[in-house]
Amino acid sequence: MKAEQISIFLENRAGRLEEVARLLAEAKINIRALSLADTSDFGILRLIVSDHEKAKKTLKDGGFTVGRNAVVAVEVPDTPGGLHSILKMLSAQGINVEYMYAFVQQSSKAATIIFRFDRTDQAIEVLTKNGITIIPGQTLYSM
Amino acid sequence: MIFDDDMETLPREELEALQLRRLKSLVDRVYANVPFYRKSFDDAGVRPSDVQSLADLRYLPFTEKQDLRNHYPYGLFAVPKDNVVRIHASSGTTGKATVVGYTKRDVENWATLMARSLVAAGATKQDIIHVAYGYGLFTGGLGAHYGAERLGATTIPVSGGSTKRQVILLRDFGATVICCTPSYSLFLYETALESGIDIKELPLRVGVFGAEPWTEEMRRDIETKLGIKAIDIYGLSEIMGPGVGIECIEAQAGAHLQEDHFLLEIIDPVTKEPLPPGETGELVITTLCKEAQPLIRYRTRDITSLNLTPCRCGRTFARMHRVMGRSDDMLIIRGVNVFPSQIESILLETQGLTPHYQLLVKREGNLDTLEVQVEVDEKIFSDEIKNLQRLGGKIQKHIKEFLGVTAAVKLVEPRSIQRSEGKAKRIVDMRNTS
Repeated sequence: MKAEQISIFLENRAGRLEEVARLLAEAKINIRALSLADTSDFGILRLIVSDHEKAKKTLKDGGFTVGRNAVVAVEVPDTPGGLHSILKMLSAQGINVEYMYAFVQQSSKAATIIFRFDRTDQAIEVLTKNGITIIPGQTLYSM
Repeated sequence: MIFDDDMETLPREELEALQLRRLKSLVDRVYANVPFYRKSFDDAGVRPSDVQSLADLRYLPFTEKQDLRNHYPYGLFAVPKDNVVRIHASSGTTGKATVVGYTKRDVENWATLMARSLVAAGATKQDIIHVAYGYGLFTGGLGAHYGAERLGATTIPVSGGSTKRQVILLRDFGATVICCTPSYSLFLYETALESGIDIKELPLRVGVFGAEPWTEEMRRDIETKLGIKAIDIYGLSEIMGPGVGIECIEAQAGAHLQEDHFLLEIIDPVTKEPLPPGETGELVITTLCKEAQPLIRYRTRDITSLNLTPCRCGRTFARMHRVMGRSDDMLIIRGVNVFPSQIESILLETQGLTPHYQLLVKREGNLDTLEVQVEVDEKIFSDEIKNLQRLGGKIQKHIKEFLGVTAAVKLVEPRSIQRSEGKAKRIVDMRNTS
Protein backbone atom coordinates (compact mmCIF):
# COMPACT_ATOMS: atom_id res chain seq x y z
CA MET A 1 0.00 0.00 0.00
CA LYS A 2 2.92 2.29 0.57
CA ALA A 3 4.74 4.09 -2.23
CA GLU A 4 8.41 5.01 -2.41
CA GLN A 5 9.31 8.64 -2.63
CA ILE A 6 12.81 9.86 -3.13
CA SER A 7 13.94 13.15 -1.64
CA ILE A 8 16.93 15.19 -2.69
CA PHE A 9 18.85 17.85 -0.79
CA LEU A 10 19.44 20.97 -2.89
CA GLU A 11 21.51 23.99 -2.01
CA ASN A 12 19.99 27.31 -2.91
CA ARG A 13 22.22 27.77 -5.94
CA ALA A 14 21.22 28.29 -9.56
CA GLY A 15 21.30 25.18 -11.67
CA ARG A 16 20.83 22.50 -9.03
CA LEU A 17 17.27 21.71 -9.95
CA GLU A 18 18.19 21.71 -13.61
CA GLU A 19 21.00 19.26 -12.89
CA VAL A 20 18.57 16.86 -11.24
CA ALA A 21 16.18 17.07 -14.18
CA ARG A 22 19.03 16.51 -16.62
CA LEU A 23 20.33 13.42 -14.83
CA LEU A 24 16.86 11.90 -14.69
CA ALA A 25 16.23 12.71 -18.34
CA GLU A 26 19.48 11.05 -19.39
CA ALA A 27 18.56 7.95 -17.42
CA LYS A 28 15.17 7.94 -19.12
CA ILE A 29 13.33 8.18 -15.82
CA ASN A 30 9.87 9.65 -15.80
CA ILE A 31 8.77 11.92 -12.99
CA ARG A 32 5.23 11.13 -11.85
CA ALA A 33 4.81 13.71 -9.14
CA LEU A 34 6.99 16.27 -7.48
CA SER A 35 7.12 18.88 -4.78
CA LEU A 36 9.82 21.31 -3.86
CA ALA A 37 9.97 22.61 -0.31
CA ASP A 38 12.27 25.49 0.40
CA THR A 39 13.90 27.48 3.16
CA SER A 40 16.19 30.46 2.71
CA ASP A 41 19.23 28.19 2.69
CA PHE A 42 18.25 24.98 1.00
CA GLY A 43 15.42 23.01 -0.58
CA ILE A 44 14.19 19.46 -0.48
CA LEU A 45 12.93 18.05 -3.75
CA ARG A 46 10.51 15.17 -3.37
CA LEU A 47 9.79 12.93 -6.34
CA ILE A 48 7.70 9.96 -7.29
CA VAL A 49 9.38 8.42 -10.32
CA SER A 50 8.91 5.55 -12.69
CA ASP A 51 12.00 3.70 -11.44
CA HIS A 52 13.08 4.79 -7.99
CA GLU A 53 16.03 2.41 -7.66
CA LYS A 54 17.59 3.68 -10.85
CA ALA A 55 16.77 7.27 -10.01
CA LYS A 56 18.41 7.00 -6.62
CA LYS A 57 21.57 5.49 -8.07
CA THR A 58 21.75 8.01 -10.89
CA LEU A 59 21.39 10.96 -8.55
CA LYS A 60 23.81 9.60 -5.98
CA ASP A 61 26.41 9.03 -8.70
CA GLY A 62 25.76 12.61 -9.74
CA GLY A 63 26.80 13.77 -6.28
CA PHE A 64 23.43 14.39 -4.68
CA THR A 65 22.30 13.35 -1.22
CA VAL A 66 19.20 11.21 -1.72
CA GLY A 67 16.82 9.81 0.82
CA ARG A 68 13.94 7.38 0.59
CA ASN A 69 10.65 7.46 2.43
CA ALA A 70 7.39 5.66 2.46
CA VAL A 71 4.43 7.78 1.44
CA VAL A 72 0.79 7.00 0.76
CA ALA A 73 -0.90 7.89 -2.52
CA VAL A 74 -4.56 8.51 -1.82
CA GLU A 75 -7.29 8.85 -4.41
CA VAL A 76 -9.37 11.88 -3.62
CA PRO A 77 -12.61 12.70 -5.44
CA ASP A 78 -11.92 15.75 -7.57
CA THR A 79 -14.72 17.86 -6.02
CA PRO A 80 -14.95 20.42 -3.24
CA GLY A 81 -14.83 18.67 0.11
CA GLY A 82 -12.76 15.81 -1.24
CA LEU A 83 -9.67 16.75 0.73
CA HIS A 84 -11.59 17.70 3.83
CA SER A 85 -13.22 14.31 4.20
CA ILE A 86 -9.82 12.59 4.09
CA LEU A 87 -8.20 14.92 6.59
CA LYS A 88 -11.15 14.68 8.95
CA MET A 89 -10.88 10.93 9.32
CA LEU A 90 -7.12 11.17 9.89
CA SER A 91 -7.20 13.90 12.51
CA ALA A 92 -9.94 12.01 14.36
CA GLN A 93 -7.33 9.32 14.93
CA GLY A 94 -4.61 11.81 15.83
CA ILE A 95 -2.56 11.12 12.73
CA ASN A 96 -0.29 13.94 11.72
CA VAL A 97 0.42 14.98 8.13
CA GLU A 98 4.07 15.95 7.77
CA TYR A 99 3.59 17.22 4.23
CA MET A 100 1.54 16.55 1.13
CA TYR A 101 1.31 17.40 -2.53
CA ALA A 102 -1.19 16.60 -5.26
CA PHE A 103 -1.57 15.94 -8.96
CA VAL A 104 -4.56 15.27 -11.15
CA GLN A 105 -4.66 12.10 -13.21
CA GLN A 106 -5.60 12.51 -16.83
CA SER A 107 -7.48 9.26 -17.00
CA SER A 108 -9.92 9.64 -14.12
CA LYS A 109 -12.04 12.05 -12.21
CA ALA A 110 -9.90 11.75 -9.10
CA ALA A 111 -6.91 13.66 -7.84
CA THR A 112 -3.99 11.83 -6.31
CA ILE A 113 -2.56 13.28 -3.14
CA ILE A 114 0.80 12.12 -1.86
CA PHE A 115 0.83 12.12 1.92
CA ARG A 116 3.73 11.76 4.31
CA PHE A 117 2.36 10.72 7.68
CA ASP A 118 4.01 10.45 11.10
CA ARG A 119 2.35 7.06 11.53
CA THR A 120 2.13 5.56 8.06
CA ASP A 121 0.74 2.11 8.89
CA GLN A 122 -1.95 3.48 11.12
CA ALA A 123 -2.92 6.02 8.47
CA ILE A 124 -3.29 3.27 5.87
CA GLU A 125 -5.49 1.32 8.27
CA VAL A 126 -7.77 4.30 8.95
CA LEU A 127 -8.15 5.18 5.29
CA THR A 128 -8.82 1.63 4.10
CA LYS A 129 -11.35 1.07 6.88
CA ASN A 130 -13.18 4.15 5.66
CA GLY A 131 -13.26 2.90 2.10
CA ILE A 132 -10.74 5.35 0.72
CA THR A 133 -8.81 4.19 -2.33
CA ILE A 134 -5.07 4.01 -1.90
CA ILE A 135 -3.01 3.70 -5.05
CA PRO A 136 -0.25 1.13 -4.58
CA GLY A 137 3.29 2.09 -5.43
CA GLN A 138 3.57 -0.14 -8.50
CA THR A 139 0.53 1.46 -10.08
CA LEU A 140 1.75 4.91 -9.23
CA TYR A 141 5.16 4.51 -10.83
CA SER A 142 3.75 3.51 -14.15
CA MET A 143 0.77 5.80 -14.33
CA MET B 1 55.39 57.76 32.16
CA ILE B 2 56.58 54.44 33.53
CA PHE B 3 54.84 52.65 36.38
CA ASP B 4 57.75 50.53 37.61
CA ASP B 5 60.58 52.72 36.48
CA ASP B 6 63.33 50.68 38.19
CA MET B 7 62.27 47.43 36.60
CA GLU B 8 61.09 48.59 33.22
CA THR B 9 64.32 50.45 32.48
CA LEU B 10 66.66 47.86 33.96
CA PRO B 11 69.86 47.62 31.91
CA ARG B 12 69.95 44.36 29.90
CA GLU B 13 72.86 42.91 31.90
CA GLU B 14 71.08 43.36 35.20
CA LEU B 15 67.83 42.13 33.70
CA GLU B 16 69.46 38.94 32.51
CA ALA B 17 71.10 38.37 35.89
CA LEU B 18 67.68 38.76 37.53
CA GLN B 19 66.12 36.38 35.02
CA LEU B 20 68.77 33.77 35.70
CA ARG B 21 68.28 33.99 39.49
CA ARG B 22 64.55 33.58 39.01
CA LEU B 23 64.95 30.76 36.49
CA LYS B 24 67.13 28.74 38.84
CA SER B 25 64.65 29.10 41.66
CA LEU B 26 61.80 28.26 39.26
CA VAL B 27 63.26 24.97 38.06
CA ASP B 28 63.94 23.85 41.63
CA ARG B 29 60.38 24.72 42.60
CA VAL B 30 58.63 22.96 39.69
CA TYR B 31 60.83 19.89 39.88
CA ALA B 32 59.98 19.51 43.56
CA ASN B 33 56.27 20.34 43.36
CA VAL B 34 54.85 19.48 39.95
CA PRO B 35 54.86 15.77 39.03
CA PHE B 36 54.41 16.63 35.35
CA TYR B 37 57.62 18.65 35.33
CA ARG B 38 59.55 16.13 37.40
CA LYS B 39 58.68 13.53 34.80
CA SER B 40 59.36 15.71 31.76
CA PHE B 41 62.70 16.84 33.19
CA ASP B 42 63.63 13.22 33.94
CA ASP B 43 62.54 12.14 30.45
CA ALA B 44 64.74 14.86 28.97
CA GLY B 45 67.63 13.82 31.17
CA VAL B 46 67.82 17.26 32.78
CA ARG B 47 68.18 18.20 36.46
CA PRO B 48 67.39 21.62 37.93
CA SER B 49 71.05 22.01 38.89
CA ASP B 50 71.99 21.76 35.19
CA VAL B 51 70.60 25.24 34.66
CA GLN B 52 73.61 27.51 35.18
CA SER B 53 73.03 30.12 32.49
CA LEU B 54 70.16 31.48 30.44
CA ALA B 55 71.52 29.53 27.48
CA ASP B 56 70.73 26.32 29.36
CA LEU B 57 67.04 27.08 28.95
CA ARG B 58 67.14 25.25 25.64
CA TYR B 59 67.72 21.93 27.39
CA LEU B 60 64.49 22.15 29.34
CA PRO B 61 61.35 20.45 27.99
CA PHE B 62 58.56 22.43 26.36
CA THR B 63 55.05 22.78 27.72
CA GLU B 64 52.10 22.64 25.33
CA LYS B 65 48.44 23.56 25.63
CA GLN B 66 47.66 19.86 25.45
CA ASP B 67 49.64 19.37 28.67
CA LEU B 68 47.28 21.73 30.45
CA ARG B 69 44.33 19.85 29.00
CA ASN B 70 45.81 16.50 29.98
CA HIS B 71 46.12 17.64 33.58
CA TYR B 72 42.73 19.27 33.73
CA PRO B 73 41.77 20.82 36.01
CA TYR B 74 44.37 21.29 38.74
CA GLY B 75 47.15 18.86 37.80
CA LEU B 76 49.82 21.48 37.09
CA PHE B 77 49.51 23.44 40.33
CA ALA B 78 52.81 23.95 42.14
CA VAL B 79 51.13 24.98 45.38
CA PRO B 80 48.47 23.41 47.61
CA LYS B 81 45.00 24.18 46.30
CA ASP B 82 44.26 26.15 49.45
CA ASN B 83 46.78 28.72 48.26
CA VAL B 84 44.98 29.16 44.96
CA VAL B 85 42.67 32.15 45.26
CA ARG B 86 41.58 32.51 41.64
CA ILE B 87 40.73 30.20 38.76
CA HIS B 88 40.31 31.28 35.16
CA ALA B 89 39.57 29.07 32.18
CA SER B 90 39.34 29.36 28.44
CA SER B 91 36.28 28.16 26.57
CA GLY B 92 36.17 24.61 25.38
CA THR B 93 34.01 21.53 25.37
CA THR B 94 33.98 19.73 28.71
CA GLY B 95 37.36 18.43 29.72
CA LYS B 96 39.10 20.47 27.08
CA ALA B 97 39.00 23.89 28.75
CA THR B 98 42.40 25.29 29.73
CA VAL B 99 42.44 26.05 33.45
CA VAL B 100 44.76 28.61 35.06
CA GLY B 101 45.26 29.05 38.82
CA TYR B 102 46.59 32.07 40.75
CA THR B 103 47.84 32.60 44.29
CA LYS B 104 47.29 35.90 46.06
CA ARG B 105 50.74 37.04 44.99
CA ASP B 106 50.06 35.95 41.39
CA VAL B 107 46.93 38.10 41.36
CA GLU B 108 48.87 41.05 42.78
CA ASN B 109 51.67 40.64 40.25
CA TRP B 110 49.14 40.48 37.45
CA ALA B 111 47.53 43.68 38.69
CA THR B 112 50.96 45.33 38.77
CA LEU B 113 51.83 44.21 35.24
CA MET B 114 48.45 45.41 34.03
CA ALA B 115 48.95 48.74 35.79
CA ARG B 116 52.32 49.02 34.03
CA SER B 117 50.46 48.35 30.80
CA LEU B 118 47.88 51.06 31.35
CA VAL B 119 50.61 53.58 32.18
CA ALA B 120 52.61 52.58 29.10
CA ALA B 121 49.45 53.21 27.09
CA GLY B 122 49.32 56.73 28.51
CA ALA B 123 46.88 56.29 31.41
CA THR B 124 47.23 57.81 34.88
CA LYS B 125 45.31 57.48 38.14
CA GLN B 126 43.27 60.50 37.03
CA ASP B 127 41.74 58.51 34.22
CA ILE B 128 38.29 56.89 34.05
CA ILE B 129 38.68 53.43 32.59
CA HIS B 130 35.82 51.65 30.76
CA VAL B 131 36.54 47.92 30.80
CA ALA B 132 34.56 46.24 28.04
CA TYR B 133 36.41 42.94 28.01
CA GLY B 134 34.24 40.05 29.21
CA TYR B 135 34.21 39.47 32.95
CA GLY B 136 34.11 35.91 34.18
CA LEU B 137 36.32 32.95 33.45
CA PHE B 138 37.87 34.90 30.60
CA THR B 139 41.00 36.71 31.83
CA GLY B 140 40.35 39.92 29.88
CA GLY B 141 37.79 41.67 32.07
CA LEU B 142 39.15 40.96 35.54
CA GLY B 143 42.72 41.35 34.30
CA ALA B 144 42.14 44.87 33.03
CA HIS B 145 39.98 45.65 36.06
CA TYR B 146 42.54 44.78 38.72
CA GLY B 147 45.20 46.68 36.79
CA ALA B 148 43.06 49.79 36.56
CA GLU B 149 42.28 49.70 40.28
CA ARG B 150 45.92 49.05 41.11
CA LEU B 151 46.78 52.14 39.13
CA GLY B 152 44.22 54.03 41.17
CA ALA B 153 42.08 55.02 38.22
CA THR B 154 38.28 55.12 38.32
CA THR B 155 37.34 51.70 37.02
CA ILE B 156 34.04 50.88 35.32
CA PRO B 157 33.41 47.12 34.99
CA VAL B 158 31.15 47.22 31.93
CA SER B 159 32.05 43.75 30.50
CA GLY B 160 30.87 42.77 27.01
CA GLY B 161 27.55 43.08 25.16
CA SER B 162 24.67 45.59 25.36
CA THR B 163 26.44 47.88 22.95
CA LYS B 164 23.77 50.57 22.85
CA ARG B 165 24.00 50.84 26.62
CA GLN B 166 27.79 50.95 26.51
CA VAL B 167 27.56 53.96 24.24
CA ILE B 168 25.33 55.77 26.76
CA LEU B 169 27.80 54.93 29.54
CA LEU B 170 30.71 56.22 27.47
CA ARG B 171 28.88 59.48 27.08
CA ASP B 172 27.57 59.79 30.63
CA PHE B 173 30.49 58.45 32.67
CA GLY B 174 33.09 60.35 30.69
CA ALA B 175 35.55 57.49 30.27
CA THR B 176 38.96 58.59 29.08
CA VAL B 177 40.39 55.12 28.51
CA ILE B 178 38.69 52.07 27.03
CA CYS B 179 39.76 48.41 27.10
CA CYS B 180 38.16 46.07 24.56
CA THR B 181 38.91 44.23 21.33
CA PRO B 182 39.91 46.49 18.43
CA SER B 183 37.01 45.37 16.24
CA TYR B 184 34.56 46.05 19.05
CA SER B 185 35.78 49.63 19.31
CA LEU B 186 34.74 50.19 15.71
CA PHE B 187 31.42 48.52 16.38
CA LEU B 188 30.91 50.89 19.34
CA TYR B 189 31.74 53.80 17.08
CA GLU B 190 29.11 52.79 14.52
CA THR B 191 26.48 52.05 17.17
CA ALA B 192 27.19 55.44 18.76
CA LEU B 193 26.65 57.21 15.46
CA GLU B 194 23.23 55.57 15.17
CA SER B 195 22.33 57.23 18.47
CA GLY B 196 23.71 60.53 17.27
CA ILE B 197 26.88 60.30 19.37
CA ASP B 198 30.27 60.90 17.81
CA ILE B 199 32.89 59.24 19.99
CA LYS B 200 35.44 61.73 18.65
CA GLU B 201 33.64 64.42 20.66
CA LEU B 202 33.79 62.43 23.91
CA PRO B 203 36.70 62.69 26.39
CA LEU B 204 37.94 59.23 25.34
CA ARG B 205 41.71 59.48 24.76
CA VAL B 206 43.21 56.01 24.67
CA GLY B 207 42.14 52.51 23.72
CA VAL B 208 43.98 49.45 25.05
CA PHE B 209 43.13 46.80 22.48
CA GLY B 210 43.86 43.09 22.51
CA ALA B 211 42.53 39.53 22.47
CA GLU B 212 42.65 39.39 18.68
CA PRO B 213 45.17 40.20 15.94
CA TRP B 214 44.76 43.54 14.18
CA THR B 215 46.56 45.51 11.47
CA GLU B 216 48.24 48.94 11.31
CA GLU B 217 45.48 49.86 8.90
CA MET B 218 42.87 49.10 11.51
CA ARG B 219 44.81 51.12 14.07
CA ARG B 220 44.76 54.16 11.80
CA ASP B 221 41.06 53.63 11.17
CA ILE B 222 40.29 53.47 14.90
CA GLU B 223 42.47 56.47 15.75
CA THR B 224 40.87 58.60 13.06
CA LYS B 225 37.29 57.63 13.76
CA LEU B 226 37.37 57.59 17.56
CA GLY B 227 39.92 60.37 18.01
CA ILE B 228 42.06 58.26 20.35
CA LYS B 229 45.45 56.63 20.54
CA ALA B 230 45.07 52.90 19.85
CA ILE B 231 47.50 50.73 21.80
CA ASP B 232 48.12 47.00 21.37
CA ILE B 233 48.16 44.81 24.48
CA TYR B 234 49.37 41.21 24.43
CA GLY B 235 48.55 38.35 26.70
CA LEU B 236 47.33 34.79 26.98
CA SER B 237 45.56 33.19 29.90
CA GLU B 238 47.91 30.22 30.21
CA ILE B 239 50.74 32.65 30.94
CA MET B 240 48.67 35.12 32.96
CA GLY B 241 46.09 37.11 31.00
CA PRO B 242 46.34 40.58 29.43
CA GLY B 243 49.45 42.51 30.40
CA VAL B 244 52.16 40.07 29.31
CA GLY B 245 53.15 42.77 26.86
CA ILE B 246 52.09 46.34 26.03
CA GLU B 247 52.88 48.93 23.40
CA CYS B 248 54.16 52.27 24.64
CA ILE B 249 52.25 55.33 23.55
CA GLU B 250 55.54 57.02 22.69
CA ALA B 251 56.44 54.63 19.89
CA GLN B 252 53.42 52.39 19.21
CA ALA B 253 55.88 50.03 17.58
CA GLY B 254 55.35 46.61 19.11
CA ALA B 255 54.44 45.42 22.59
CA HIS B 256 57.15 45.56 25.28
CA LEU B 257 57.09 42.17 26.98
CA GLN B 258 57.48 42.22 30.76
CA GLU B 259 60.84 40.46 30.78
CA ASP B 260 61.42 40.59 34.53
CA HIS B 261 58.43 38.23 34.78
CA PHE B 262 58.67 36.34 31.51
CA LEU B 263 61.68 34.72 29.91
CA LEU B 264 61.34 34.80 26.13
CA GLU B 265 62.46 32.64 23.25
CA ILE B 266 61.69 32.52 19.56
CA ILE B 267 61.83 29.01 18.15
CA ASP B 268 61.46 27.45 14.74
CA PRO B 269 58.00 25.86 15.08
CA VAL B 270 59.03 22.84 13.04
CA THR B 271 62.52 22.01 14.36
CA LYS B 272 61.81 23.63 17.76
CA GLU B 273 65.33 25.08 17.80
CA PRO B 274 65.76 28.51 19.38
CA LEU B 275 66.39 31.28 16.84
CA PRO B 276 68.70 34.30 17.14
CA PRO B 277 67.17 37.69 18.09
CA GLY B 278 65.33 39.41 15.25
CA GLU B 279 64.31 36.17 13.54
CA THR B 280 60.63 35.31 13.03
CA GLY B 281 59.31 32.21 14.72
CA GLU B 282 57.10 30.98 17.52
CA LEU B 283 57.11 32.81 20.84
CA VAL B 284 57.93 30.59 23.82
CA ILE B 285 57.47 31.95 27.35
CA THR B 286 58.80 30.76 30.73
CA THR B 287 57.01 32.30 33.70
CA LEU B 288 59.63 33.41 36.21
CA CYS B 289 57.43 34.60 39.08
CA LYS B 290 54.15 32.70 38.92
CA GLU B 291 53.51 30.61 42.03
CA ALA B 292 50.34 28.60 41.46
CA GLN B 293 50.89 27.41 37.92
CA PRO B 294 54.36 28.25 36.64
CA LEU B 295 55.11 27.17 33.08
CA ILE B 296 58.45 26.19 31.59
CA ARG B 297 58.98 27.00 27.89
CA TYR B 298 55.29 27.32 27.06
CA ARG B 299 54.65 27.25 23.32
CA THR B 300 52.30 30.14 22.64
CA ARG B 301 51.84 29.19 18.95
CA ASP B 302 52.01 32.90 18.14
CA ILE B 303 54.38 33.72 15.28
CA THR B 304 56.36 36.90 15.86
CA SER B 305 59.87 38.33 16.18
CA LEU B 306 61.63 40.22 18.98
CA ASN B 307 63.14 43.66 18.65
CA LEU B 308 65.85 44.55 21.18
CA THR B 309 66.77 47.96 19.80
CA PRO B 310 66.39 50.75 22.37
CA CYS B 311 62.96 52.33 22.44
CA ARG B 312 62.36 56.05 22.77
CA CYS B 313 60.12 55.42 25.79
CA GLY B 314 63.17 54.34 27.79
CA ARG B 315 62.00 50.83 28.53
CA THR B 316 64.66 48.18 28.00
CA PHE B 317 62.18 45.31 27.55
CA ALA B 318 62.10 43.65 24.11
CA ARG B 319 59.29 44.54 21.77
CA MET B 320 57.40 41.89 19.84
CA HIS B 321 56.21 42.33 16.28
CA ARG B 322 52.45 42.18 15.79
CA VAL B 323 51.47 38.52 15.85
CA MET B 324 51.81 37.41 12.26
CA GLY B 325 50.00 34.11 12.47
CA ARG B 326 49.70 30.88 14.41
CA SER B 327 51.68 27.69 14.24
CA ASP B 328 48.47 25.78 14.83
CA ASP B 329 44.97 26.06 13.44
CA MET B 330 43.45 28.17 16.19
CA LEU B 331 41.13 30.98 15.15
CA ILE B 332 40.33 34.11 17.08
CA ILE B 333 36.76 35.22 16.49
CA ARG B 334 35.63 38.42 18.19
CA GLY B 335 38.33 37.83 20.77
CA VAL B 336 37.34 34.21 21.42
CA ASN B 337 39.77 31.38 20.69
CA VAL B 338 38.26 28.64 18.55
CA PHE B 339 39.90 25.42 17.42
CA PRO B 340 38.38 23.57 14.45
CA SER B 341 38.74 20.42 16.51
CA GLN B 342 36.30 21.90 19.02
CA ILE B 343 33.74 22.36 16.25
CA GLU B 344 34.40 18.80 15.23
CA SER B 345 33.72 17.43 18.69
CA ILE B 346 30.55 19.50 18.90
CA LEU B 347 29.36 18.05 15.61
CA LEU B 348 30.15 14.61 16.94
CA GLU B 349 28.21 15.21 20.15
CA THR B 350 25.27 16.76 18.33
CA GLN B 351 24.72 14.12 15.74
CA GLY B 352 26.84 11.22 16.78
CA LEU B 353 28.92 11.53 13.66
CA THR B 354 31.29 13.96 11.99
CA PRO B 355 30.21 14.99 8.55
CA HIS B 356 32.54 16.95 6.35
CA TYR B 357 32.56 20.53 7.52
CA GLN B 358 34.33 23.78 6.87
CA LEU B 359 34.65 27.01 8.81
CA LEU B 360 34.20 30.22 6.91
CA VAL B 361 35.45 33.26 8.78
CA LYS B 362 34.60 36.67 7.43
CA ARG B 363 34.54 40.20 8.64
CA GLU B 364 31.20 41.87 8.11
CA GLY B 365 31.28 45.55 8.95
CA ASN B 366 33.66 45.52 11.86
CA LEU B 367 32.84 42.24 13.47
CA ASP B 368 34.03 38.74 12.73
CA THR B 369 31.46 36.23 11.60
CA LEU B 370 31.77 32.48 11.67
CA GLU B 371 29.86 30.20 9.34
CA VAL B 372 30.02 26.47 9.87
CA GLN B 373 29.28 24.67 6.62
CA VAL B 374 28.15 21.11 7.13
CA GLU B 375 27.77 18.66 4.28
CA VAL B 376 24.43 16.91 4.25
CA ASP B 377 25.19 13.27 3.64
CA GLU B 378 22.74 10.44 3.78
CA LYS B 379 23.20 9.89 7.48
CA ILE B 380 21.96 13.31 8.47
CA PHE B 381 19.60 13.99 5.59
CA SER B 382 15.88 13.97 6.24
CA ASP B 383 12.97 14.43 3.86
CA GLU B 384 11.42 16.82 6.36
CA ILE B 385 12.55 20.43 6.41
CA LYS B 386 11.96 20.77 10.12
CA ASN B 387 14.45 18.02 10.90
CA LEU B 388 17.19 19.72 8.96
CA GLN B 389 16.35 23.07 10.49
CA ARG B 390 16.38 21.53 13.92
CA LEU B 391 19.78 20.04 13.23
CA GLY B 392 21.17 23.38 12.17
CA GLY B 393 19.68 25.00 15.25
CA LYS B 394 21.08 22.36 17.56
CA ILE B 395 24.59 22.72 16.18
CA GLN B 396 24.39 26.48 16.51
CA LYS B 397 23.14 26.21 20.08
CA HIS B 398 25.91 23.82 21.12
CA ILE B 399 28.59 26.00 19.58
CA LYS B 400 27.24 28.99 21.47
CA GLU B 401 27.01 27.04 24.71
CA PHE B 402 30.44 25.49 24.64
CA LEU B 403 32.52 28.07 22.84
CA GLY B 404 30.65 31.29 23.48
CA VAL B 405 30.60 32.19 19.80
CA THR B 406 27.50 32.66 17.70
CA ALA B 407 28.02 30.82 14.44
CA ALA B 408 25.76 30.61 11.40
CA VAL B 409 25.21 27.02 10.33
CA LYS B 410 24.84 26.37 6.63
CA LEU B 411 23.86 22.96 5.29
CA VAL B 412 25.53 22.28 1.98
CA GLU B 413 25.52 19.52 -0.60
CA PRO B 414 27.96 16.65 -0.31
CA ARG B 415 31.34 17.10 -1.93
CA SER B 416 30.89 20.85 -2.09
CA ILE B 417 33.56 21.13 0.59
CA GLN B 418 37.03 20.61 -0.81
CA ARG B 419 38.79 17.43 0.03
CA SER B 420 42.52 17.25 0.29
CA GLU B 421 44.96 14.43 0.62
CA GLY B 422 46.53 15.30 3.89
CA LYS B 423 44.94 17.42 6.55
CA ALA B 424 41.56 18.66 5.40
CA LYS B 425 41.40 22.40 4.82
CA ARG B 426 38.97 23.15 7.58
CA ILE B 427 39.31 26.87 7.70
CA VAL B 428 38.68 29.49 5.07
CA ASP B 429 39.65 32.77 6.70
CA MET B 430 38.61 35.63 4.49
CA ARG B 431 39.63 38.36 6.89
CA ASN B 432 42.82 40.28 6.40
CA THR B 433 44.32 40.45 9.85
CA SER B 434 48.05 40.37 9.39
